[in-house]
Amino acid sequence: MMHTDRTYEAELLALRDRLVDMVGQVELMVTEAVKAVVERDAQLARETIRLDRRVNRAEVEIDEACMLLLARRQPVASDLRLVTTALKMVTDIERIGDVAVNLCERALDLAGEPPIPVIDEALQALGLLAAAMLRKAIEAFAERDAEKAEVVLDMDDDADERYHQIVRALAQRIRDDPDKVEQNVALQSAAKQLERIGDHATNLAEQVILLVRGQDLRHQGKLA
Amino acid sequence: MALKPGDTARITVQDLSFFYGNTRVLHDNCLDIADKRITAFIGPSGCGKSTHIRTYNRMFALYPGQRATGSVQLGDVNVLDPKAIHDIALRSRVGMVFQKPTPFPMAIFDNVAFGLKLLGISGAELEDRVVAALKNAALWDEVKDRLKESGLMLSGGQQQRLCIARALAVEPDVLLLDEPASALDPIATARIEELVQEMRGRYTVVIVTHNLQQAARVSDYTTFFYLGRVIEHGPTDLIFTRPTEQRTEDYITGRFG
Repeated sequence: MMHTDRTYEAELLALRDRLVDMVGQVELMVTEAVKAVVERDAQLARETIRLDRRVNRAEVEIDEACMLLLARRQPVASDLRLVTTALKMVTDIERIGDVAVNLCERALDLAGEPPIPVIDEALQALGLLAAAMLRKAIEAFAERDAEKAEVVLDMDDDADERYHQIVRALAQRIRDDPDKVEQNVALQSAAKQLERIGDHATNLAEQVILLVRGQDLRHQGKLA
Repeated sequence: MALKPGDTARITVQDLSFFYGNTRVLHDNCLDIADKRITAFIGPSGCGKSTHIRTYNRMFALYPGQRATGSVQLGDVNVLDPKAIHDIALRSRVGMVFQKPTPFPMAIFDNVAFGLKLLGISGAELEDRVVAALKNAALWDEVKDRLKESGLMLSGGQQQRLCIARALAVEPDVLLLDEPASALDPIATARIEELVQEMRGRYTVVIVTHNLQQAARVSDYTTFFYLGRVIEHGPTDLIFTRPTEQRTEDYITGRFG
């Protein structure tokens, strides 16, 4: 049901749309950064790093919008959860932008290095999975769909497994050819960044579940 | 409609229905009012919250054609039954303060002493209890040098605290506040809210309010009324963050049509 106060309704919808837009921006950064890594494309890496400024700006603006909503509207119940969730989600989303920048820096390290098809393909697949998790999490948020958010939690198990496979393969390559340590360490770091993006997408999904169901899934079995 | 662990019911309402003539305005209300806690009644105009609260001290009996069925149990007394407890005894156990301040046209001291005199209290005890009530109502410092002035000389907020002092003087079990701050400015409202919160642990307070933020600020429990029914009753922390009923959610978030 719509709020009786149309302006308030519009403000809450605008907040939702800004978060969706911000996730769109970091999702683009992630896919471009992965491409820069696997194609050893320094130019693309540098262009992608510049996109982070828009993400930083979005974080500041969304924080400000949340503060104004809290101060002027005193939201309660699901509206309150929307605003507090937005405040937390924006931190995770901004962090994803930073991690994508790290990924681009690895692409700069790797520029000029030869392709390693088996590793590059695995990184590409992990990158696609991380981007899909982000998209799924934000769709769940926009549609207030807790079941869709739960799918992201399952996807993260897959992402973790793929990350560990890459690490094992790279460890073997280092053992086989100790002279190529730097390239392999850079690739391992790139894989780690993608695994982290999966963790941030999982945080977003957990926040969506809290928003929709009022049920807190964070740190299960790990609370003091 | 359970109370929080450690809380007990001071008033237990069962199947309370209310009629203005042939018109039924409350439908089978069931509710536990927690002892020495603050309960806020919220709901749109005409939802029955004031009608409900007025059964607790049988105020409705002053008006012909109004009647209540079911029970409102205060301890072992059903207050709906005039044979179970006399009007004056009931209203000294269940005090009430209204939307507009209602000081009597008499001195500040006499306003507070009025109910005590009805109970036959006089002399030093009368003075002690008037002073204690004015202190409990956070009014003493403002009126201690002008106790013989008329209560009507006070500001609106002070008059309302005078009415609270008058109600507290007879040491009631329960204090009913029917929109006590709706005619007051924000500062006077803040004083009343602070006072209400100081009553936690000492009195059982029920406050009817149209101000949702006020309910969220001051109360331990919140009850949402709609069309004469208790829709949801629970800890305020839950009602304002995760209400169970969709109608509660719609009302408190401003989605009511």
